[in-house]
Amino acid sequence: MNKQYVLKKIIYSLITIFAVLVFNYFLFRIMPGNPLQILMRNPNASAEAIEKTREMFGLDKPSYIQFFIYIKSLFQGDLGTSFLYKGQPVAQVIGNRILPTLLMIGAAEILAIIVGIFIGVISAWKRGTKIDIVSLSFSLISYAMPTFWIGIVFVTIFSVNLRIFPTSGMMTPGLSYADVIEKSSDVIKHMALPVLTMSLLLIGQYALVMRSTLVDVLTEDYITTAYAKGFKDDYVIKKHAVPNAMLPMITIIAINLGLVIAGAIQIETIFSWPGIGRLMYDAIKSRDYPLLQGIFLLITISVIVANLLADLTYGYLDPRVKSRS
Amino acid sequence: MKNSEHEIVYKGYKEFFNIFIHNKMAVAGAVILGVFITVALMGSLVYPFDLQEFGTAGDVMNPPDRSHLLGTDDMGRDVLGNLIAGTRVSLLVGLLSTLISMILGTVLGIYAGYYDNIISTIIMQVTNFFLVIPWLPLMLVLTAILGTSIWNIIFVIGMTSWPGTARIVRAQTLSIRERPFIERITAIGADTGHIMVKHILPNVFPLVFANTILVSAEAILSETTLSFLGLGDVSRSSWGMMLHYAFESGAASLGAYWYFLPPGICVVLLVLSFTFLGYALDEILNPKLKRR
Repeated sequence: MNKQYVLKKIIYSLITIFAVLVFNYFLFRIMPGNPLQILMRNPNASAEAIEKTREMFGLDKPSYIQFFIYIKSLFQGDLGTSFLYKGQPVAQVIGNRILPTLLMIGAAEILAIIVGIFIGVISAWKRGTKIDIVSLSFSLISYAMPTFWIGIVFVTIFSVNLRIFPTSGMMTPGLSYADVIEKSSDVIKHMALPVLTMSLLLIGQYALVMRSTLVDVLTEDYITTAYAKGFKDDYVIKKHAVPNAMLPMITIIAINLGLVIAGAIQIETIFSWPGIGRLMYDAIKSRDYPLLQGIFLLITISVIVANLLADLTYGYLDPRVKSRS
Repeated sequence: MKNSEHEIVYKGYKEFFNIFIHNKMAVAGAVILGVFITVALMGSLVYPFDLQEFGTAGDVMNPPDRSHLLGTDDMGRDVLGNLIAGTRVSLLVGLLSTLISMILGTVLGIYAGYYDNIISTIIMQVTNFFLVIPWLPLMLVLTAILGTSIWNIIFVIGMTSWPGTARIVRAQTLSIRERPFIERITAIGADTGHIMVKHILPNVFPLVFANTILVSAEAILSETTLSFLGLGDVSRSSWGMMLHYAFESGAASLGAYWYFLPPGICVVLLVLSFTFLGYALDEILNPKLKRR
C-alpha cells in the first residue's frame, strides 16, 4: 500500500473531525441563544454549574475566542460538567459507560457476522430457491422493524412469559461480592437479550451484502475456470468465491457502525444496559446538554475513525483500490 | 410533433402500469399503503373516537372488549382510536420530510453534477460530511435543541436524509451531462436553467422517485424512534408516542400486548409497503441498474 494513499485518507479524516468540532460548537452554542439560557431553563442545574459554564465558555468574550477556549479545553480532555450527575466531569461520566457498550456491541457483531455470512452464502448458492426467498424476506422484515420494538417483544416473550432471562440491567444487585464465575454467568444472562436484539438487526444486512457480492463473484471468469478444472461445487464456493466476497464485508461492517450506534441507543434504553446509549437517553430526558454534546462528539469521532480504519484495511487487502483512487 | 410526443408519454404510462400490476412486490406495497391512506382519511368516520377521553381507574390498561376493540392504554384511552390518529401523523411525517429531502437532494445533486466549480465542491463535501455522521445521534441532538414539535421533527428528518439522494442524483447528472444530446442543445444555445429543468431533471427523476420512496420508509422509522426516545410531539398521538407511553408504563412486563403490539405491527407494515414499492419501482424504472 503506498504512503500517499494512507496519508490522503488520514488527512481527510482529520479535516472531517475538525468539521465535526466546528459543527458541534455551533450546534450547541449559537442555535438556541447561549448555554446559560439553556441552563437557566433546566431545573436540574445548580448555581455552581451555571457559574462553571459561564467561566468555561468565556461568554463575555467575542465568539472566535470562545471557539478557541472550546477547542483548548477539548484537547485537555475537558468536556464540561454534567447536570444530571451533579458536578461530575462529562468525560468521567462517559468513560464509565464505554466498556458495557463495547462488550454488548462486540458480542452482537461476532454473532451477526458469523450467522449473516452463513445465511448470505447459502442464499447466494441456492439462489431463487425457497431458502433464498425466506432469507431475503427475513432481511427485509428485520429492516422494517423498529429496533426498540423488537426489544420490547423479546422482553415479553423471554422475560415475562418464559422467565429465561432478566429484563434489565447488567448484573443482579447484591452479586458484587460473588466469585468471578458466578458474576460472569450473571452478566452473560443479562447480556443475552440485548445481544440477540442487536444481532437480529445486523444479520439481515450482512446476509444481504454477502449474498449480492457472492452472486457477483460467481459470475467471474475464475469461478468458471475453477469449475472447468473439475472442482466440486462446495469446494469452489468455499475456496474460490467466499474469500473474494469477504472484502466488501469489511466496508459494510464499518459503514454499519452508524446503524449499530442507533441500535445501541434503543436497545440499551429498553434493557437499562449501563452503556453509552442508555446514557444518551438519560441525557436527552433531563436535557443535560454538556453530557449530550460529549456523547455526540465521542460517537461521531469513533465513526470517522472506524471508516478510516476500514478504508486502510481495504486498501491493504485489495491492491486495486489505491490505483483506482 | 406535439401530438406524437403525448402519445409516447401515454404509451409509457400504459406500459408502466402493465409492468407494475404484474410485479408482486409493487402490488403488495401499493395495497398496504392504500389501506393505510384510507384509514388515515376515513378511519375516524367509521370508528369515531375521542383522544381527549381519559378513562377512570377501572378503565386503565384493559384488554380488548366490545367497547374498546383493541383495549385501553395506561391512561384509559382507546388504543384503536390512537392507532388511527397515529396513521395520520406517520403518513404526514413520511410525506413532508421526504419532500424536503427530495427537493434538497435533487437541487443540490443536479447543481453539483452539472457544474464543476467551488460551490459544487463545497456541496459534495457537506454531503460526505452528513453521510459520515451517524444519523440517529444527529437527529436526537437536533430535536433536543430545536424542541419537540411535529414540524421540528419533520424539519430535522428532512434536513438529515437528503445526502443519499444528492449523491445518487449527482452521479446520474455527471453521466447525463456527457451525453451527445446535451452538447447538441448547448450548441443550439439553450441556457443552463432550461437544460437542467427540461433535460436533466426528467432523466434523473426515475432514480429520484424510487429512492424517495425508500427515504419515506426511513423517515417513518425515524419519527417512531425519536418519539419512542422521548423526543416526540406530546400533543399528537403517533405510533412512536404510543410505544413510548407503553414502555414508560411497563406494558411489556404487565403483558399488555394489545397496547404495544398494534403500533409496532403498523410501523412494520407501513415501512414494508414503502420498501416494497421502492424496490419494485427501482426495478421497473431503472432496469439497467438491477440485472442480478
